Amino acid sequence: MHVKLHVWRQAGPTTPGTMETYDAPGISEEMSFLEMLDVVNERLNADGQEPIAFEHDCREGICGSCGMMINGQAHGPQRGTATCQLHMRKFQDGAEIFIEPWRAAAFPVLKDLIVDRSAFDRIVESGGYITAPTGAAPDANLTLIPKEVADAAMDAAACIGCGACVAACPNSAGQLFTAAKINHLNLLPQGQAERYTRVQKMVDTMEEFFGSCTNHGECQEACPKDISIDFIAYMNRDYVKAQLKNRKLLSQD
Amino acid sequence: MALREADRAMATTMERPEIPPINPKRGGTAPWPVTFYRSAVGKKWVMAVTGIMVMGFVFFHAVGNLKVYLGAEDLNHYAEFLQQLLVPILPPTIALWIMRGGLLVAIVFHIHSAYGLTRMNHRANGSGYEQRRHYQAANAASRSMRWTGIVVGLFILFHLADLTFGTLNPDFVRDDVYRNLVASLSRPPVALIYIIANIGLGIHLFHGSWSMFQSLGLNNPRWNSWRKGFAIGFAGLVMVINVSFPIAVLTGVVSATNNPDCVTDGSVIVDCTQYENQEATP
Repeated sequence: MHVKLHVWRQAGPTTPGTMETYDAPGISEEMSFLEMLDVVNERLNADGQEPIAFEHDCREGICGSCGMMINGQAHGPQRGTATCQLHMRKFQDGAEIFIEPWRAAAFPVLKDLIVDRSAFDRIVESGGYITAPTGAAPDANLTLIPKEVADAAMDAAACIGCGACVAACPNSAGQLFTAAKINHLNLLPQGQAERYTRVQKMVDTMEEFFGSCTNHGECQEACPKDISIDFIAYMNRDYVKAQLKNRKLLSQD
Repeated sequence: MALREADRAMATTMERPEIPPINPKRGGTAPWPVTFYRSAVGKKWVMAVTGIMVMGFVFFHAVGNLKVYLGAEDLNHYAEFLQQLLVPILPPTIALWIMRGGLLVAIVFHIHSAYGLTRMNHRANGSGYEQRRHYQAANAASRSMRWTGIVVGLFILFHLADLTFGTLNPDFVRDDVYRNLVASLSRPPVALIYIIANIGLGIHLFHGSWSMFQSLGLNNPRWNSWRKGFAIGFAGLVMVINVSFPIAVLTGVVSATNNPDCVTDGSVIVDCTQYENQEATP
């Protein structure tokens, strides 16, 4: 394959960036998107040029490092797939591919395609924990959890924090990430103790950095883990309930 | 063994750069309804609740106006019924004014939240993309909410001036609803405004009446698939009813000259409020 890349190049957080064009001949369609970038970078290195900086780690779709905007779509054209699991066979020979970093006020570009996603850490820090008993690990089936609940919590827990939801959102909203991080705890019995303080704190922290939801559904389409916007509705409901809940009655329904 | 400088740098946690917040935390204490309304999730909840209030009005306004097709007597009688609502518990028109007041408050909050959220979203977007985004799920209705909202807002002002206050209707006679409606909509440019604005309203309602379920947290796999159907049905019904009125007047289906409840002199409408007199004189 022979593709032509238009890549955002930016030397540092404060320097202005620009789109640069790179010719990439001799690409195998069996390569992953990141392997294609590796090949381009090898050639740039050999030419004494600065390679394209991009974030990556596991390359098996579970770490959430490798997000980038490919042809105006977060993680590129394949649904439910992170950039590292996207293969070049999804592109036509001779295709022009536009690659940009995530864009949001909360995700400042550090270099080229790498953004600082630590605003996500601040959301998780504010409430993404549970009160756990100390001592020996409890018996595995001590707390009975209905299958549907366990499945839903697991679906939310699949979030890898890549930031595609924010990147794809026309409002740069962090709702899908935050809803996933709230609900994988709020849906389970073990998460009930902090359920309302968690939603209050995590939503409030989210809104310090991210935009608001207008229910387009773009985040759900972009999510490499296919996380549903149903969780956003659950988060909204718990946030409203948190306003009214008598905290003395938290142990009752 | 002492660590080399480079190893020490590797071993310590990197200093975290500050992310400038788009909505810095506010100090001080405010009552919870105020802090709730300050939050974006709270504003979306308010938008949904006020949206439902206005949807209720829009629905009964459209259905009530279908009496246009029954003739001047029925329509004008219905208009008088609205003024006499809850009489004698309340004096005439008071119930109507209470509902109007509620609607006005709802619309003010709806617009104020939309404005606040739009500002917030623009701040959150940062520098934006070089390449156009390839939208997957966002549709024309969801992406044009701000524009259809502005169209509907301006239309409400025009509509009030045209058929409630009568300042934009040269042939306006107070309380003769049928006559005013026919006189206004038989002007083609005005009819066109009504058609365009009500298509805008339909598009706005289509996204809004689905989106409100999410904003309120009304989400249940048992009936999630009905939400889109409800939105299509509700927005479609209201739009078809509302757009039918200007078309009916322009095509002559609704007119004063062939309506036995109206007195006309040639093509000039003299009066349509004859129903009480007609009952009195056989």
